[in-house]
Amino acid sequence: MLTNGKPRVRPPILLDEHVIDVVSDSGEGAQRCGQTFAAIAARSGHGIWTVEIIPAEIRPPARSIAGASGIRVRIASADVTNGGDAADLVVAFNDQVLRGRLRAKELRPGCVVLLEDKWRTDADPDVAAAYSQLHDELSADGFVVHEVPMERECRRLVDDPWRGKNMFVLGLLCRVYDLDLALAREQVAMTFAKKSAEVIATNQDLLEAGWAWADEHLDLRFSIPTTQVDEARIVVNGNTALGLGVMASGMEVCAMYPITPATSASHYLSSVFERVGGVVHQAEDEIAAATFAIGASYAGKCAVTITSGPGLSLKQEALGLAVMGEIPLVVLDVQRGGPSTGQPTKAEQGDLLSAMFGSHGDAPKVVMAAADIEDCFYSVITARKIAETYNMVVVVLTDASLATAQQAFRRPEFSTDWLAPPIDQRPVPAGARPYDWDEHTGLARRFIPGQPGGMHCLTGLAHDRDSTVAYDPDVNQEAIRMRSLRLAALQRTLRPPTVRGDQEGELLVVGWGSTRGAIAEAVERVRADGHRVGALHLRFLQPLAPGIGEHLARFDRVLAVENNWSDRLEDPMIDDENRRYGNLAWLLRARYLVDVDCWGEAKGQPLQPGVIEAAIRTRLTQRVEVPR
Amino acid sequence: MRQLAVTNALLRTHPDHYDLDDYEGGVARWCTGCGDNAILAALQRLCRDRQLPPEKTVFVSGIGCSSRFPHYMNTYGFHGLHGRPLPIAEGIKIRRPDLDVFVTTGDGDCCAIGTSHWIHALRYNPDITVVMHDNGVYGLTKNQVSPTSPRGLRTNTTPSGSPLTALNPLTVTLGVTNVSFVAQCVDWMPEVVHDIVAAAHDHQGLSFIRILQRCPEYMDGHFEPWIRDPERLLLLTHEDGLQPSPSTSSTYRNQRDHDPADLAAARVIAETTDPIPVGILYRNDDVPCYEDLRRADHRFDPEEIRAVVDEELDRFTIWPTGAAGS
Ligand SMILES: Cc1ncc(C[n+]2csc(CCOP(=O)(O)OP(=O)(O)O)c2C)c(N)n1
Ligand code: SF4
Repeated sequence: MLTNGKPRVRPPILLDEHVIDVVSDSGEGAQRCGQTFAAIAARSGHGIWTVEIIPAEIRPPARSIAGASGIRVRIASADVTNGGDAADLVVAFNDQVLRGRLRAKELRPGCVVLLEDKWRTDADPDVAAAYSQLHDELSADGFVVHEVPMERECRRLVDDPWRGKNMFVLGLLCRVYDLDLALAREQVAMTFAKKSAEVIATNQDLLEAGWAWADEHLDLRFSIPTTQVDEARIVVNGNTALGLGVMASGMEVCAMYPITPATSASHYLSSVFERVGGVVHQAEDEIAAATFAIGASYAGKCAVTITSGPGLSLKQEALGLAVMGEIPLVVLDVQRGGPSTGQPTKAEQGDLLSAMFGSHGDAPKVVMAAADIEDCFYSVITARKIAETYNMVVVVLTDASLATAQQAFRRPEFSTDWLAPPIDQRPVPAGARPYDWDEHTGLARRFIPGQPGGMHCLTGLAHDRDSTVAYDPDVNQEAIRMRSLRLAALQRTLRPPTVRGDQEGELLVVGWGSTRGAIAEAVERVRADGHRVGALHLRFLQPLAPGIGEHLARFDRVLAVENNWSDRLEDPMIDDENRRYGNLAWLLRARYLVDVDCWGEAKGQPLQPGVIEAAIRTRLTQRVEVPR
Repeated sequence: MRQLAVTNALLRTHPDHYDLDDYEGGVARWCTGCGDNAILAALQRLCRDRQLPPEKTVFVSGIGCSSRFPHYMNTYGFHGLHGRPLPIAEGIKIRRPDLDVFVTTGDGDCCAIGTSHWIHALRYNPDITVVMHDNGVYGLTKNQVSPTSPRGLRTNTTPSGSPLTALNPLTVTLGVTNVSFVAQCVDWMPEVVHDIVAAAHDHQGLSFIRILQRCPEYMDGHFEPWIRDPERLLLLTHEDGLQPSPSTSSTYRNQRDHDPADLAAARVIAETTDPIPVGILYRNDDVPCYEDLRRADHRFDPEEIRAVVDEELDRFTIWPTGAAGS
């Protein structure tokens, strides 16, 4: 294969996109490698999406199957909206983490494997044997395995290659994917911007070493064409986007209690919020966090509380109080696997119905969900606005898969329209009442402490327009009606969502939240085979936007796809009468009287386009019901 | 122009002087003889004496008979959730230090369902005045045992008598880091109640006042022995603490000089339940308030926000190749 010491380099293989996994033991910097790689790719004009690969245990032993830690980077010519299916190329720092990915079926059959080769000659014969065994097994199964002397090469430059390998691998990847070396050097400097010039230089040397090694020894080139980008984009993960959104929305107070996977949003916010005069209050528990936020909001400083499932459950009574008192409040729920402590680091869309109906009594709240990272940012701004316009609780649902995933999207252009208006301290006109509900919309101007003439006692008890406690049956019902009307008033202002793909046909796939990109992709794949399928994504879940019913009616069947559990009819115990539906399916069935079918998974992973595609294909091959 | 409108309106609506009835809200609906009435009168008097603008004053409460309190004040009020008035008050105060915030809570509200907030509020030390109406029983829900119920108390949930010794809210409070003001009084000494709420209000930081409160409905006669025998009250007096009037002193002769700065002595006194100590047990003006600790150096205004958001976006920005990076 080698001629004159150089591999015979074939012309690069032209691709639309590739999914690349970089896995190591935790602490070896695979994530930093992947993130920097993604940034370089994004700067070169690629669409990117990254997904963190989190080990199953907190401190897994080195070289363990459960210890695979790292990152998936999906890069493409066009924008990317999800992490894709299995990996097309994987870089592994040892054979065991690689085996972990293989077992998890995260590697495409026959994919390219770049494997640290130092284990082949390890002093421990068991280690060496395990390495050889996997190497041979993969080769026999058709994987394209390249052994890479990562440690040996790094040792030429640094004493402790354990910390430097990731940049060597970065250089190697940049060469393989034909990215610009000068740009890569620049990005490495940015990655280590907080470190000394010496550290930056060392990492740049490692980068170049990886590049040079691949140039000389690796007969592997991929080229993913880019469209020329002329706009600035940002690359952040979902939780950082939430934090940025909180700042940009003009909220001043965030009260929270740490809970995975929501916490990092508060970490980010804590690091910047004070610079705009904001405060992150870590309360003694979620109940205190919610009530603290309610207090701040009541006093005119619209507040946000950030949480995840178990925390949302604890906050429910307080949310009911905010509903009753008509106190604006933004709740960010980064959903995780449930019930109970469930799967703290894993993704699930299990909180939709509890976000809507979790409080006791009739407690109408707005519930919306972010579809991707960009949407995490803008959703918070929208949520604050709705909360203060309608004096309502607005819950924004994201999930663990968005929390740590990164996406490149157009750099937001800050607008002062996003901000909360300054707090109103003007005297209240004589005769004005604290709950002077508008007959048609249920809206009432609220009085904020400090406003002369506005004194009243806000109460969680049923009350009339003067906020005096009312046990009168009609007064109670009127107030309930008024609080309910505001959801309808908001609903009238929502834009009808549009269907992607076919506008009528065999099947409409409906989703919400983080599955938007994966569903759209799956739908495109089956459409490519001539099926007439559409995809409908819902941003507002409560209220549901106008026009959805008409979309549902134009398709023979409707399938709700969600990352949560729904009983499956193939289970012998399950039939139409006892089947439990997914959250969204319940909602659509109740609202539109359509026989919505559902499919979901509760594996704690983001739904991949491939599995959705398979589910859709199964539906399409089943007997088509008589059109309604 | 808006500024002008505000000033005009302020001129119209701002009275020069507030009378007692300026603080009177709805008609109190407590039982006849309920100690809450006396506490209400004391606080209305305090507002009048200090001329607190009603629109700048907020009474926050939980749920219970005592927590009906804000409905009876003509200030802003927040009658929230059982056990949660303290975090609500902290939230109000965090960015509105201009508001005068009071919390009314019951023994169940504070020492049972709200216990964790009670402990943590003491540690945060926001500048609020907390009045705990301790009737030793659950009133609103009709006679269940409370954490502060005396042992042996028969209630609907302890028909053969409460098996537990009462929790002592004073020792708990005085044991918490950052505690800055603790006082105790009894509802049947209106002048002392007034003096203590006034001292509490003047204190910068969380002032915790436990007021032993009569509940004729479910604890009829419970405090009778103490009412009948003034010797069973121990008046804590000091030049930096309670300074009873001559007439009070002539009735309540069991007095002891106690310096509120002396935490160790306060803890010893707090252990005493009979005679009932009345006065300021502890005060420390040097504990910082949470809202001051969390006060931002930066102004919250649109241009500041724009600058910081842009700066942050810069950190995450991928400039197109060729364009100037930062
Ligand atoms: C979450 C919740 N649990 C229980 C109740 C019922 N509840 C209302 S007041 C109260 C106890 C009141 O006792 P206390 O705080 O001592 O006040 P009091 O009525 O004696 O003044 C209870 C248990 C409630 N409102 N909310
Ligand atoms: S039940 Fe007791 S505490 Fe409640 S109002 Fe009556 S006397 Fe007061």
